[in-house]
Amino acid sequence: MHSTPVSVAEPAPPIVGQPAPLLAVEGLKVHFHTRDGVVRAVDGVDFQVGSGQTLGIVGESGSGKTISSLTLLRLAPPPARIIAGRVLFEGEDLLRQSDKRLTQIRGRRMAMIFQNPATSLNPILSIGRQLTEILRWHTGASRQAARDRAVELLALVGISDPAARLRQYPHELSGGMKQRVGIARALLCEPALLLADEPTTALDVTIQAQILDLLAELRRRLGMSMVLVTHDMGVVARMADRITVMYAGRVCETADAATIFNAPQHPYTRALLESMPRIDHSYSGARRVLPSIAGRPPDLLHAPPGCRFHDRCPEAIPECRRVMPHEYLLAPGHTVSCLRRGSPGEATP
Amino acid sequence: MTPLLDIRGLRKHYAVVKRGLIGRRQTRILRAVDDVSFVLQAGQTLGLVGESGCGKTTTARSILDLVRADAGEIRLDGRDVRPILAGSDRAAMLAVRRRMQYVFQDPYLSLNPRWTINEALREPFRVHAPQHPRDWNGRVAALLETVGLEPRNGVRYPHEFSGGQRQRVGIARALAVEPDVVLLDEPVSSLDISVRAQILNLLASLQDRLGVAYLYISHDLSSVRFISTHVAVMYLGRIVEIGAVDEIFAHPRHHYTAALISAIPVPSPGAVDQRVHLRGEVPSAMNRPTGCPFHPRCAAALPICREQDPALQQMGPNTQAACHNPA
Repeated sequence: MHSTPVSVAEPAPPIVGQPAPLLAVEGLKVHFHTRDGVVRAVDGVDFQVGSGQTLGIVGESGSGKTISSLTLLRLAPPPARIIAGRVLFEGEDLLRQSDKRLTQIRGRRMAMIFQNPATSLNPILSIGRQLTEILRWHTGASRQAARDRAVELLALVGISDPAARLRQYPHELSGGMKQRVGIARALLCEPALLLADEPTTALDVTIQAQILDLLAELRRRLGMSMVLVTHDMGVVARMADRITVMYAGRVCETADAATIFNAPQHPYTRALLESMPRIDHSYSGARRVLPSIAGRPPDLLHAPPGCRFHDRCPEAIPECRRVMPHEYLLAPGHTVSCLRRGSPGEATP
Repeated sequence: MTPLLDIRGLRKHYAVVKRGLIGRRQTRILRAVDDVSFVLQAGQTLGLVGESGCGKTTTARSILDLVRADAGEIRLDGRDVRPILAGSDRAAMLAVRRRMQYVFQDPYLSLNPRWTINEALREPFRVHAPQHPRDWNGRVAALLETVGLEPRNGVRYPHEFSGGQRQRVGIARALAVEPDVVLLDEPVSSLDISVRAQILNLLASLQDRLGVAYLYISHDLSSVRFISTHVAVMYLGRIVEIGAVDEIFAHPRHHYTAALISAIPVPSPGAVDQRVHLRGEVPSAMNRPTGCPFHPRCAAALPICREQDPALQQMGPNTQAACHNPA
């Protein structure tokens, strides 16, 4: 297989037959300047989302997946500092727009669903107030029009008796209901891109299934694009068209969902998939051992040079310790940041 | 054979008092654990699963008398130890507690931040005094090795360890007094995926080596399938299905179990979607529906389900379920 290095400054060539991406993140670096030093939380990250596509960003805690997604709307809190990169969305670089322009985009063209519905809704405002305020601010809709639209959206996300819910407060709703309100709020202005950061992690499994079904159906119906940030490989398998795997502030591998699960190339992606117990697999009678990844992710205050996975990697060679791997194009739409997959003369399985 | 742990008719109800505006008091009963029975044999693992509020943690805590049960028997080697745990004979109570130990979900909250790891691990010896103080340090070092930590790190404090390492300390502390049963309450839920596998492997190998029995509480059905020999599914304070792990995962008979299993996203894209969709949410344990508590959400409900509460019945060679119209 031929592999072409893709330089960090230029985006990977668009996938054949795909329109130009709705969102292209290029060379994004977000560092935390703390008293102890600089934490390189996001250190050169690239990904793209096509129109109508769902991109799943997966990684463990500290991989930089949440900071990356918050940075798209410049919402990463201090001490996070955007060091470099571009966020190209509908033709503008969001990292270089004014704050005023960004407030016009947030919630309107790109909206967000947060992990914890209990803390992302304002506890002292009624549901109706929280929904209509956004509409009136963004579209200047009349009180009545905003109210009608809010009722329409609550019905769309499967909330019964939506008109009565407008008068209720967040504490009167269950966790699943609150997350439905969060989704309704994000969809009010029909955004082109929905960012969902662990939207079901705080919910019970049967409610999680309901919310995932709802998101998939709404995305189809409204033709939205979605960025789904999660640590749950099962959730991305169900939801995502394409998947980006992150580790320690960098992207390891990006490919369509089937490739990530059936033919992963990066050693971390492989190890991660193997280390998960499978609900559809019987472990009785056999020796119960999961192939686990030794050690733990590096401390990004002292990020190791070279590949950040090298000290846990079963395939590491001495070079991995020194050389930061490029993103190599293995096949159309499949990029891997690994010397063992990319360097010429190395056999790639 | 007398089972190691035999729980019969365990019950824990809470009275919830609600005061109206004009001093009207309303007392309602929250049935957290309602007539729960199961058996755990030496060397086996019973996975206790269910959604939040189903009573799985209250069940485990009642077994150690961390929450005082209202009724039921906790038979350890055939002897009901509930009166001993609740009684005033401290030595007898400690003798029972020594045989049943608890590992908490959050290893950070369950370790004293001002004690070194060595101090935390000496505490079980101080309480239970199974051997001479002279031998404690050696035992602590051996324990740390058993759970895959370097004994020289015992002088450090909990905040110097990662989540996975702290959970290893929590496990070491439970094992210190060589218990027969360890109650594990969501021991890997707060850990990252790659670290989760390490801890699950550790638990499995410790069980193979020491023959200890686990009560493994989790909402993560994948890890339950890996670690357990048997599974009990709880819904609104009741066990609705119980039996051998592979039988239940391959052929769940209760519709709630089926829904729970099929709600877990499987990491294979395009997997054939044969999901059992559940409508609605778990009702509050304070107003449990009449009849089968699951009937308002069940697609296979019959008229009888509204009226009559089904009892656990033998369904397969090694499974029981409480359902009028099993799958």
